Amino acid sequence: MTDLFNTAAVKASGLDADHPLAAVLSTRDDIMTMTQQAHDAALTPKKTGGLSYGERAALSCRMARLNEEAPLAAHFESMIGDSNATRIADIAFDGGDDERLCALLRHTDLVTTDTKSVVAADIAALVSAGVSEDDIVRLSELVAFVNYQVRLTIGLRLMGDAS
Amino acid sequence: MSNILHDFTTTVPKWRPRVTPIKLEDATPDQLDALKVTPSNTKVSDYVLVLARDPETLRERTPLFNAIMYNRGGLSRAERELGAVGTSVFNRCVYCAAVHASRYNLLAKDVVVIERIFADGEEAELNPRQSAIFNFAVKLSKCPPDMTKDDMETLTAVGLGPDEVFDLILSSALFGWANRLMHTLGDPTEITD
Repeated sequence: MTDLFNTAAVKASGLDADHPLAAVLSTRDDIMTMTQQAHDAALTPKKTGGLSYGERAALSCRMARLNEEAPLAAHFESMIGDSNATRIADIAFDGGDDERLCALLRHTDLVTTDTKSVVAADIAALVSAGVSEDDIVRLSELVAFVNYQVRLTIGLRLMGDAS
Repeated sequence: MSNILHDFTTTVPKWRPRVTPIKLEDATPDQLDALKVTPSNTKVSDYVLVLARDPETLRERTPLFNAIMYNRGGLSRAERELGAVGTSVFNRCVYCAAVHASRYNLLAKDVVVIERIFADGEEAELNPRQSAIFNFAVKLSKCPPDMTKDDMETLTAVGLGPDEVFDLILSSALFGWANRLMHTLGDPTEITD
């Protein structure tokens, strides 16, 4: 059997190799493998830039929570490691008096919950808070990827429940 | 300064970045590898040159996008585009909506479906199968997503097999990714001669 059932999205969906949908999932084995590779590139890249592994995992946990996707949130929470980053995963935490963190959290929440409302000033706000252009793209890719993975996971679980 | 587009269109606009694209001549070996630049292929869009600031995710992204939209079997290519359009309309990503609406029209040899979607959004009058696909993509795109077992049953009732539902989930979810880059990192602008 392939390791498709060990990818974060499929594990969090609750589907396993014995499920009636296993054969259907296997036809898209390549996509699930590439999804996991994208997960690793967004969460644990070789070059972290200004976003640590702990911050990336905590931001991802926060986004899964904003999407009310508990199993994937638990997966990301288990990756946080760094105790300083734990508070980032709390959706009620707004960054406190840390200007950079406030800007990162505000942007993560806005792009996750209300993509259509993002305007040029939102990117400018990150720059003003001292976030580099490289880090803006790193954050954007992390946010974009996690929102994809959340929807893939929720969709797979619903398929499993309906079959 | 060219005008920013706010209305949906099937004419693919230009795109003006809000983050500075890297310069190809300054690209690191990692970035060049992620950009897949070869001596015979040196044309790279500003969008991809912005994404090259994070070469590790860019490298993974392109083959994944191609596999989800073009792999053999499962949901038809036109209906995958319809899923992409549903998500892009919900997120109001004018650029992605234009690219994928125009591809839908080419593949489906039809313009009425997209005209209705652009005019009426979630209230567009479509045939039952188109409507089920479009509405599912919209519901999956919300935060939190709000599809239910009923929506899954609707897809089955209009004839989608599990392999097709899976492809619809993938194409719709994928545009939850694409829109969050394209719509936030730049603006769609009018093409001016």
